Amino acid sequence: MTGGKDERPLTQNIRPGEEPFDIDAYLRAGGYAALRKSLGGMTPEEVIKEVTASNLRGRGGAGFPTGKKWSLAPTDGVSRRKYLVVNADEMEPGTFKDRLLMEGDPHQLIEGTIVSAFAIQASVAYIFLRAEYTLAGRRLQRAIDEAYANGYLGKNILGSGFDLELHLHRSAGRYICGDETAMLTALEGNRAIPRAKPPYPQISGLWGKPTVVNNVETLANIPHIVNRGADWFRGLAHGEDGGTKIYGASGRVKHPGAWELPMGTTIQEILEEHAGGMSDGYAFRALLPGGASTPFLGEQHLDVAMDFTSVEKAGSRLGTGTMIIVDDRTCPVGLLHNLQHFFAQESCGWCTPCRDGLPWVERLLAAIDAGQGEMRDLKILEMHTDFLGPGKTFCALAPGAMEPLESGLKMFREDFERHIDLKRCPWR
Amino acid sequence: MSTVDDTSALTPAEIEAVTALARQYEARRGACIEALRLVQRSHGWISDGRLHEVARLLDMSPDELDGVATFYNLIFRRPVGRHVILICDSVSCWIMGYDALRDAFHTRLGVRLGETTADGRFTLLPIVCLGACDHAPTIMIDDDLHHDVDPARLDALLEQYP
Repeated sequence: MTGGKDERPLTQNIRPGEEPFDIDAYLRAGGYAALRKSLGGMTPEEVIKEVTASNLRGRGGAGFPTGKKWSLAPTDGVSRRKYLVVNADEMEPGTFKDRLLMEGDPHQLIEGTIVSAFAIQASVAYIFLRAEYTLAGRRLQRAIDEAYANGYLGKNILGSGFDLELHLHRSAGRYICGDETAMLTALEGNRAIPRAKPPYPQISGLWGKPTVVNNVETLANIPHIVNRGADWFRGLAHGEDGGTKIYGASGRVKHPGAWELPMGTTIQEILEEHAGGMSDGYAFRALLPGGASTPFLGEQHLDVAMDFTSVEKAGSRLGTGTMIIVDDRTCPVGLLHNLQHFFAQESCGWCTPCRDGLPWVERLLAAIDAGQGEMRDLKILEMHTDFLGPGKTFCALAPGAMEPLESGLKMFREDFERHIDLKRCPWR
Repeated sequence: MSTVDDTSALTPAEIEAVTALARQYEARRGACIEALRLVQRSHGWISDGRLHEVARLLDMSPDELDGVATFYNLIFRRPVGRHVILICDSVSCWIMGYDALRDAFHTRLGVRLGETTADGRFTLLPIVCLGACDHAPTIMIDDDLHHDVDPARLDALLEQYP
């Protein structure tokens, strides 16, 4: 069976402003059927095969194919402990999609976590939740308790012989914890500093054991893929990347919000039909398609489909799929200054290009923003986009920071030059 | 050991809770951030004495634990006010009026970011994106998220936090 473009599996149980389904309501809505189907009659390999065939790509920002990620964990039958870690550290500026899924339907995430742990044969799972998501934390803990009480977690789940412990880990800040390997370092009780790869976490992760880290939205898709199949899942999307996507829009639009839509919905449709277009008195200038660490797109890109391949072809990245809209009354230099302040502050300080380079970038932008910049500063900023680029740092924080800077220096060149010529911000 | 200062002692309930957390991890120190959060919840901040006690329970040296504690912006190693206000300064809230909101808090409370009011009621801190960008500008006070915050209506908001 092929999925229809009007199906919204991830948000079907979510009623804004109301309490989420408890386990009884979730069961009545067909919940935990994927758990019964997989643990009761599928092999782990069959689950991985179905997810691979679905073309599900990771929803945390990098877009790595989920089935492939799972298949890199060893399945040699040696009884080493394996871990699954749910990345619920949603902290990419402009991103508010995992909050919706966790607050709105916590059991969907719990079920996805159990089925995924079964697929890779993990015996312990952690949900790594950012500190500030207090409501999500309360709702997830209640759902976990209910799942234990109903025999969906713990020893010998539903008589299948599969055991899983699931713990909620509440963190205490710092964006870097959302990096896959920094998250593992944090869970081990150390400062959250990323690790060099290889070895990849699937081989040597938490305490040296094979570990898979998946984003919340990624795992929320798993029960639906198991229930309805890979063909159905691919049919939900407009393009090659399967499924639906939680898109969002923030900034000066009439109706900021988050919406589940077919993967590959165009920017135009999200912006006009769902966000209601620009607020009165504001004109569209540019957007960051998937959070603070994605390159800017402009007016000429409004017809781009929001899937991994299309956004990349347009020169940016889908990232988290939650768009930040830049209007004509917002100073782009001030905006880049704001972004680079964030990245400089959130650098873990481990590697030199990031620790020393980002504060320098921030200071240069602060100077230009305050009307104290010089033309040669633009050259120095450009050089940083190379010094801090891919391959020169331990993790993706600094290269991610450079993506909006590099594209912003090009797209807003005139605005930068005006700040320098006028010796003040033209927006103030 | 427990005489470093008068704020060193953990209650038996805290010791039991920290010990239970430690069982959730392959190595006990995996529980350290949650243990500090738990202690902070009762006392508002982490004193040197309590840090020593948590370190001892988790087989860490106090310096190791302090190194971890000070890495995180939401573990407080100094006393804070009865209520902690976190103002989001990330991009979507900045577009939607962060500067004006921050200034309104400065004026209303008479403190700058990083400071505590003289009566010990509020500590004002910046925070990264709170993940509620469709309702910018956003803040948190203690465990509560407040969105679409209007700088002209801070009094009604703050009244809820005596």
